[in-house]
Amino acid sequence: MIELHDVYKAFGKREILRGLTLTVPKGLNFVLMGPSGTGKSVTLRHIIGILQPDRGSVRVDGQEVPAMNHHQLMELRKRMGYLFQNGALINWLSVAENVALPLREHGMLPRDEIDDRVHEMLRLVHMDQAAKQFPPDISGGMKLRCGLARALVTKPEYVLYDEPNAGLDPIISREIHELIVDVRDTLHVTGLIVTHSRACATHCADRIGILQDGRLGIEGTVDELVHSDNPLARDFLGEGSD
Amino acid sequence: MNIVTAVGRVVRERADGAGYVCDLLLRSLVALRRLPRRWRFSLDMAFNAGVRSLPVTLVVAAFAGAILALQTGIELRRFGDTAVLGTITALSMCREMGPFITGVILAATVGSSMAAELGTMKVSDEVTALEVMSVDPIDYLVMPRVLALALMCPTLTVLSNLVGIYGGSIVAEQNLGVSRDLFWISAREALTTSGTLLPKEIYAGLFKSLVFGTTIAAVSCAAGLRASGGALGVGLAVQAAVRNSVILIIIFGFVITWFFYFLA
Repeated sequence: MIELHDVYKAFGKREILRGLTLTVPKGLNFVLMGPSGTGKSVTLRHIIGILQPDRGSVRVDGQEVPAMNHHQLMELRKRMGYLFQNGALINWLSVAENVALPLREHGMLPRDEIDDRVHEMLRLVHMDQAAKQFPPDISGGMKLRCGLARALVTKPEYVLYDEPNAGLDPIISREIHELIVDVRDTLHVTGLIVTHSRACATHCADRIGILQDGRLGIEGTVDELVHSDNPLARDFLGEGSD
Repeated sequence: MNIVTAVGRVVRERADGAGYVCDLLLRSLVALRRLPRRWRFSLDMAFNAGVRSLPVTLVVAAFAGAILALQTGIELRRFGDTAVLGTITALSMCREMGPFITGVILAATVGSSMAAELGTMKVSDEVTALEVMSVDPIDYLVMPRVLALALMCPTLTVLSNLVGIYGGSIVAEQNLGVSRDLFWISAREALTTSGTLLPKEIYAGLFKSLVFGTTIAAVSCAAGLRASGGALGVGLAVQAAVRNSVILIIIFGFVITWFFYFLA
């Protein structure tokens, strides 16, 4: 379970998070929405330990992330996957090498098993045909799918998705949404998804939270929020809000 | 904002930047224990760095040697002492000009490219992605680059020394009437008189180029890894990498010369 309690974070004089409290139960997809600049990606970076809160508590499975030493943080990150907006692939490695990177670097498996695992993940994201291609030669949607395969290859317990459909057309976006749901259902991975997209939220989420002024403005199930009269929920999840 | 605050801020930023470079360099040295895993990548980087800058280094070194011989020879001719032209050209190239030229060219070609590459990776979240995968960016990205330039800068310096002296010998013969044999004999004597296996003139210059190569790589990687704010940030990182590398080359050049010829 991921728990944030009363988290504050400022960059200079600009306060981003102002007492954010959030719980992501295990096995569910939690979608975090909110206007630009309200700290959605900042929240993800606190959970993975890239950012430290000014105040408050960030816990993963009961362990306090900001208090972790380097080794503990490395161990935590091995249990987590992170999908970046653009995939964040290494340009000089092929698609297959990118996916294999975390396994190779940690020496977790013999070479044969790494190859098998990589191809299994590439098949899952429908990228096995592009294994030998390089990131500059593939489309944005393919980069995201490759990034997702890389995030999943270590068989993480949690995956953090940062704007998984930003800049993608509706067809590719739908494919990515289906993959996120598949990942939850087949690999039993807990997901925290940051998005602006109503389609993504309604397709992928078990629960939705919407940030406002640096804290959670409203939270509930998809049905509760889609049919809510709350103006914040209507802005993000009402008909025509995409 | 008053002037004291402004100066204080600039000094703090510079000190912060210098501290970051030193930290990066130390962590790269620690990361050398993982060299067997990075050996192939380091050699690729070294090959690319060498090949990319070899032609321009040789051209500049040849002309630098020629200019050095010409300027010195014009004055020596007034005193009728052109016989020592080979000595002066060889010593100047090996002690100072060779390492300096090579360092500046590596800073402009390879250093700028390292800063741009790592800067682009930083602003497009690729460096963060490595951290998230528990892959140390210093070990994965910086150490092979530092090692590559630490190897290639002395290698290119040896070549630029040779080519520079050769350029000087052509000018000495064509413009100053010094025979090529006389030029090369005096050059060889100047570089072998100490009676040791590797004369001070050579090893001091090679040590200087080793320091230059390491400095350029550390400064350029640091500039890239501190880039922020998209394409503009990457441009500023490249600018900072080349500027700081050249300034440090000049300062370290002076310090090392002082150490070898006045202290050691």
